[in-house]
Amino acid sequence: MSVISDTISSSMNPTVMKETKMPESDSTKAKIERPADTVIEEGKTVGIPFSDDPKFKLRDVNVFYGETRAIKNISLDIARNEVIAFIGPSGCGKSTFLRCLNRMNDSIESCRIKGSLLLDGQNIYDSKRDVVELRARVGMVFQKPNPFPKSIYDNVAYGPRIHGLANRKSDLDDIVENSLRKAGLWNEVRDRLDAMATGMSGGQQQRLCIARAIAVSPEVVLMDEPCSALDPIATARIEELIAELSESYTIVIVTHSMQQAARVSNRTAYFHLGHLVEVNDTSKVFTTPEHELTESYITGRFG
Amino acid sequence: MPSKKDDVYGDHISNRFNDELLALKTRFLKMGGLVETQIESALKALAEGDGYLAEEIRANDRTVDRMEMDIDEEAMLIIARRQPTARDLRLVISVIRMVADLERVGDEAKKIAKFAIKLTEEGQAPQGYGEVRHIGAHVMAMLHDSLDAFARLDSEQALRVMKEDKRVDEEYQAAARTLLTFMMEDARNISRCMSVMWVLRSLERVGDHACNIAENVIFMVKGEDVRHSPMEEAERVVGR
Repeated sequence: MSVISDTISSSMNPTVMKETKMPESDSTKAKIERPADTVIEEGKTVGIPFSDDPKFKLRDVNVFYGETRAIKNISLDIARNEVIAFIGPSGCGKSTFLRCLNRMNDSIESCRIKGSLLLDGQNIYDSKRDVVELRARVGMVFQKPNPFPKSIYDNVAYGPRIHGLANRKSDLDDIVENSLRKAGLWNEVRDRLDAMATGMSGGQQQRLCIARAIAVSPEVVLMDEPCSALDPIATARIEELIAELSESYTIVIVTHSMQQAARVSNRTAYFHLGHLVEVNDTSKVFTTPEHELTESYITGRFG
Repeated sequence: MPSKKDDVYGDHISNRFNDELLALKTRFLKMGGLVETQIESALKALAEGDGYLAEEIRANDRTVDRMEMDIDEEAMLIIARRQPTARDLRLVISVIRMVADLERVGDEAKKIAKFAIKLTEEGQAPQGYGEVRHIGAHVMAMLHDSLDAFARLDSEQALRVMKEDKRVDEEYQAAARTLLTFMMEDARNISRCMSVMWVLRSLERVGDHACNIAENVIFMVKGEDVRHSPMEEAERVVGR
């Protein structure tokens, strides 16, 4: 692995530059020790990026948008039934990396993906792979709630219908009810399943999107800033839901809210300029992060 | 105080957050300074039989208590406003813990002042004063060094303070034995010797609080909790 060419620009983090230049002196001893490796080494992630029981096994992943390399040699395991949070400043590649996991980048013309991405040991990017089937197994919830302009019932029933998961109307009814219950929405909408989904509140719409995602019994749910457009109460409901869903699903969540990552995830991955800098238990990341860049970001020193 | 940009707590994007953390640090050190003076004055009042000074210490203790509550409130507001993480979180949590230690040191100063008044009223009791002076100087140095370690984030100095605590305990045991001998020699010494014993007990407690502060400094700097762990563990944490 080559030592990386891009160091951190001084405008980005003046303290880091200052530290690296400073010679050994009494004043350095008097400071909180800062790790020497404030420069990122490509493909080198501190902490615990690997797992004994990986759902996703991702190795040496590189993503290009045309000439630009957006993801730089990232290797990571995502464990079965864990909640992993991706954090990092805007443009660090966390959303791009998330979208690789169910091939959401396929529609982007200039996007090329290199490396090994395995879901349960199977290549996600195999040319013979059925992308629709992949996305049924790896569901996704987006930043803005995007219900179909249909009834609440039809929104949830849409997936099971096209995947042929229900033969009878009563089976479909069960799936819809179960999904809405799991999403914590059933009691609010049980009497108006025929109402238009677009007439619901933002928080309800997002929970409907989660119900829609889980209606096809996925194994993984990807969430791309699912709460950024929601109020604190709706956010708390979704976070509750994430905790409950994590019993049976693997959840990957991209969030700009550090507190949210601290609350909902088991592990936290910190991305920086396309590198995966640190992956550690969330409790460790927010109290004693290993990498200086992680510390700078979560304590609000740059970002 | 070092200038803001040189301080590890002074380089956030939010300047107000910098101000808040630095103010917390400054206030804590100010309280530490006052508490140091209180102990110093208490020992002086005892040695010189100065009842006025002893009264002054008891009055100043109210200021110490006030400062404790103010710092606690400030720390609470920082948590509520900023949700600090990593080293910032460790600073705030440590200050909350250490401020309780400082307040207790203040209480010990008040107790010593109380015995200074009592012993002055009863007439001089030279027995045990040498021990008081010796242990007093020792724990005052520990307290000073622990606060200094906090100000400079010097975990090695904090470790040295932790090691001193064992020596203070030994000195305290030896002094207690000496006083016991005085009491066995002449039963009329018992009341005064017991007062001196309480003073020594207070000083020994001051050493314990200095040690607690030192442990918190190590936690702030190294991120590992060395309370209730053997000295070798603290040495490993500081040495790594």
